[in-house]
Amino acid sequence: MDSILTISKKELAGFFESLSGYIVLIAFLGFTGFFTWLYGSDIFIRKQADLVVFFSIAKWTLFFFIPAITMKLISEEKNTGTLELLLTKPLNESQLVIGKFFAAFFLVAIALALTLIYYISISYLGKVDHGAIISGYLGLLLFSAAYIGIGLFASSISKNQIVAFLLALLIGIFFQIIFDILGASISGVWGKIFDFLSISGHFDSISRGVWDTRDIIYFLSVCILGIQLAKENLVNRK
Amino acid sequence: MNIEINNVNKFYGYQKVLDDVSFEVKPGEILGFLGPNGAGKTTTMKIITGYIGMDSGDVIIDGKSVKSGETKSSIGYLPENNPLYLDMPVVDYLKFSAKLQGVDKEKIESKVREMIKLTGLNKEKHKLIGELSKGFRQRVGLAQALIHDPEILILDEPTTGLDPNQIIEIRELIKELGKEKTVILSTHILPEVEATCDRILIINKGKIVANGTSKDLRQQAEGNNLLKLKLEIYDSNAVVGKLKELPSVEDVVIVNDKEGRFDIKSYKGLKSNREIFDLCVKNNWPIEEMIPIETKLEDVFRDLTMN
Repeated sequence: MDSILTISKKELAGFFESLSGYIVLIAFLGFTGFFTWLYGSDIFIRKQADLVVFFSIAKWTLFFFIPAITMKLISEEKNTGTLELLLTKPLNESQLVIGKFFAAFFLVAIALALTLIYYISISYLGKVDHGAIISGYLGLLLFSAAYIGIGLFASSISKNQIVAFLLALLIGIFFQIIFDILGASISGVWGKIFDFLSISGHFDSISRGVWDTRDIIYFLSVCILGIQLAKENLVNRK
Repeated sequence: MNIEINNVNKFYGYQKVLDDVSFEVKPGEILGFLGPNGAGKTTTMKIITGYIGMDSGDVIIDGKSVKSGETKSSIGYLPENNPLYLDMPVVDYLKFSAKLQGVDKEKIESKVREMIKLTGLNKEKHKLIGELSKGFRQRVGLAQALIHDPEILILDEPTTGLDPNQIIEIRELIKELGKEKTVILSTHILPEVEATCDRILIINKGKIVANGTSKDLRQQAEGNNLLKLKLEIYDSNAVVGKLKELPSVEDVVIVNDKEGRFDIKSYKGLKSNREIFDLCVKNNWPIEEMIPIETKLEDVFRDLTMN
């Protein structure tokens, strides 16, 4: 556990020392803020004191930003050879990957925490369904955990960060859109399977405040599978 | 701690990179690992540290197999090319390494200070590692390898890229450390091995081809004594004839007729210096030069690794 924390802390400090952490936070707040408050079907057009707009925007901003956060996590260690330093210390592959996972997860959690100011703002504008909003935030955290898992897997595949980024997006687009479309257009068992695989369906129901254990299991499975595959990739160097 | 390498084989794809490698290193011993590029030095070291696995055989450190993963904390490792986090300050990096090595929390500060003093990094300790010159980076690499006071040190080419002064400093440091620790270092700088190591292991194409002290190896390879002789005379042929009559001399070659230079080869195990000297005195041939040619480690190395 200590080693996991050591890795997480170092990685998180690295995000902010290299400015990439700040850039991600500012860009995330900028995008979501712009679309939530200023542009398109924003809160003032909807005239409802909820964060439905924010949640659907956040789904897409996180979709792009999480691969940007995770791309370097393992590929850079591989590329510079520092992976060798880490793994010849009393630290195993799982601890390394889990440590990296928590660093990325914590950065995303900070970004989401900063948007709580939206929540405070709308609670002055009208009567708010607190349950739905809390549920929406928890949904975003689960959603992020799943994509961080995918991102870590992609980062463990290549020494090249750009490849890791694009691969994470490529895998992500299946979960985000393609499975959804396939689920809707194919009938029968396969349709149901694709429907279940689509991340959007699971997220949408949670962000409406509907909690189902199947959704939670789904997000955690994608996340754990990603972490597990990343770990396997590291073990396979041997 | 004892390191035993038992019949290790390793393949990369279909290529056999280690072929039944076995050797042993004892505490307080500095083992020099020599071999041409691609001979399997780095692979062997990576296997000992547990970074990569082996296809058969085992490495036992103090009774435990490296496969168990329990041996990592007794090893300090400086990998080839010394990978480091360039965007981290020296002190932070050393603290990070200490934590991963499981150094007690209260001791981390003092350990880091001790390492900085030992490796002479005091002026650079707050700089980013990326700002340091190669020599200082090498010291950081060494400091992180030593931070948990490991009983075993594995150094993959610790002096590459250093200037002559730094090389001597690092060598002295390794010698000092080698008094109590088990040290394996690889290099292809031959004088370095002679200067620092107690024992030399030469590996070629994945096989161990020599194992012993530098003296042993030289004797092993030493066949016939060779002498270079220069006389102040003009009739070289007459000299050759008389030299060849000496009981210890096997062959004489005229190198330069006019300058009176000869190469003299004696029979195996015999020395011809004295007889040649006596002969020259008797015939009144002034000796200008008489140089014994020693078998150098370079020659041993070439002999064993060239096909």
